[in-house]
Amino acid sequence: MIRDITLGQYYPAKSVIHRLDPRVKLVTTMIFIVSLFVAKGIMGYLVATLFLGAVIRMSKVPFGYMTKGLRAIVMLLMITVIFNLFLIDGDFVLWRFGFLRITDKGLKTAVFMAVRLIYLILGSSVMTLTTTPNDLTDGLEKLLGPLKRLHVPVHEIAMMMSIALRFIPILLEETDKIMKAQIARGADFETGNLIQKAKAMVPLLVPLFISAFRRANDLAMAMEARCYHGGNGRTKMKPLHYQRRDRAAYAVVWGYFVLMIAVKWSTSYYAVMWL
Amino acid sequence: MVRAEGLTFYYERLDEEGNVESKKRAVDHVDLHIRPGKFIAILGHNGSGKSTLAKHINAILTPAEGTLWVDGMDTKEEEKLWDIRQDAGMVFQNPDNQIIGTVVEEDVGFGPENLGVPTDEIWKRVEESLDAVGMLKYRHHSPNKLSGGQKQRVAIAGVMAMHPRCIVLDEPTAMLDPNGRKSVIQTAQRLNREEGITIILITHYMEEVVEADHVFVMDEGRVVMEGSPRQVFSQVEELKKLRLDVPQATLLAFELQKRGVRLPDGILRNEELVDELCRLKSKM
Ligand SMILES: Nc1ncnc2c1ncn2[C@@H]1O[C@H](COP(=O)(O)OP(=O)(O)OP(=O)(O)O)[C@@H](O)[C@H]1O
Ligand SMILES: [Mg+2]
Repeated sequence: MIRDITLGQYYPAKSVIHRLDPRVKLVTTMIFIVSLFVAKGIMGYLVATLFLGAVIRMSKVPFGYMTKGLRAIVMLLMITVIFNLFLIDGDFVLWRFGFLRITDKGLKTAVFMAVRLIYLILGSSVMTLTTTPNDLTDGLEKLLGPLKRLHVPVHEIAMMMSIALRFIPILLEETDKIMKAQIARGADFETGNLIQKAKAMVPLLVPLFISAFRRANDLAMAMEARCYHGGNGRTKMKPLHYQRRDRAAYAVVWGYFVLMIAVKWSTSYYAVMWL
Repeated sequence: MVRAEGLTFYYERLDEEGNVESKKRAVDHVDLHIRPGKFIAILGHNGSGKSTLAKHINAILTPAEGTLWVDGMDTKEEEKLWDIRQDAGMVFQNPDNQIIGTVVEEDVGFGPENLGVPTDEIWKRVEESLDAVGMLKYRHHSPNKLSGGQKQRVAIAGVMAMHPRCIVLDEPTAMLDPNGRKSVIQTAQRLNREEGITIILITHYMEEVVEADHVFVMDEGRVVMEGSPRQVFSQVEELKKLRLDVPQATLLAFELQKRGVRLPDGILRNEELVDELCRLKSKM
């Protein structure tokens, strides 16, 4: 189950999306997420779907791989849907069973909420799958660069993120291993109430933390041995320069955003909220 | 290349107030002289202070007493720190915990980036180093998908890209299978032969020591034996006292000697033993 989290897993392929400047991808993801909250009515979601679909197509990452990230949020998704479905009051009731009822508005909100969540994950997965964590943090470092003047340790934050991203798969694998070892010794992670389950996590978390700290220690030493001494005087193997395709991508993304806003206005203008 | 005089180091355990509670002497008055271009092996039982010594060569630790010079630079001099670390690279035991990049080539570029090498030059060095360890075709791969031996070779390339004159390898093969082990050792030997890089190899595997130019044996923080592999391994009894193995051929020759077979001392390789036995047989 834990292995399904695709966040931070780079999928190597040769595509336009892979080649884009990480800053473009970061900004795009941000715009896309904002646009999901701007989106209104079926038209808005249609535009978002087309945009996301096109980007996924261009990224050449298999769709099955992309949706792996969704498995991690299935629970969250179901809870959101159920709450919205049953708890929102609407104009007319579509279905009733005892005290449970589904209204038109509830159904609509539930569906849109689910779509919004799914797109959110898919959108960020596209970014993490097509960008190496190093590129990603390089992009972030450069985007946030101006904050350095306010004494925000931008380089350090970016370095921490990139290391975290590199170690996520390793630690997940280790969690799996420890879990199996503890199960073999009779540990039970599946049954019991919440408190029992939380207690069962202790023999998992303690070795995991110990090993994580040892790794951190080793890594810090290895980095120092390779002359790492913060961001000062450091050069870049892959410095970021915008290319023509990056400018084009920005144009497309902002175009998409403007379109989303236009759709929102026109739908509210005609008061066509639902279909 | 590396010279130590009276090198001593203590690990201190501090109590809650920060006072020294106990001291453990991990390296004890070590004198070393390692010439450039040599292949050096350091042997020793667990806890004999090999890693502690290795960390001094890279200035990760600085001596409590005595002095260590790397290429004439005293490791205690703060302003020489980065020069020393560039000059004497280090490869550690666990391949997973020393690879920083998420793509092979990015990891190899990490060292030169820290040194402030210009971008074009970084790319050149990355290519050369990956080529030197035979990992060029994996440059775009994720390190997580490589075998242990391949990861260690990437780690060696990462050090090579800093253009060091000396590489310290601290049990680089301890977590590898026999194939990975062979590939790593062969890489180190090739770098030593072809690029003239001084190699200091710390290991538990005797077969890896046989080809070395010079061997140091450590016990309880001291250098207790040194010499060519032949000189060191001819002292089977002493090595056993230090809880160390000897190569299989050496051990067999030693046992045969004890039973009265007239074999010379210091046989290291299987082929040598076979040759000697054949010679004896033809004399009979
Ligand atoms: N960080 C530390 N803090 C306290 N004591 C330490 C530390 N690291 C090592 N020691 C002690 O110092 C001594 C020498 O350790 P060192 O790691 O140098 O040995 P080693 O020869 O590398 O052993 P191994 O073959 O197990 O790697 C050991 O007795 C060890 O317990
Ligand atoms: Mg050690």
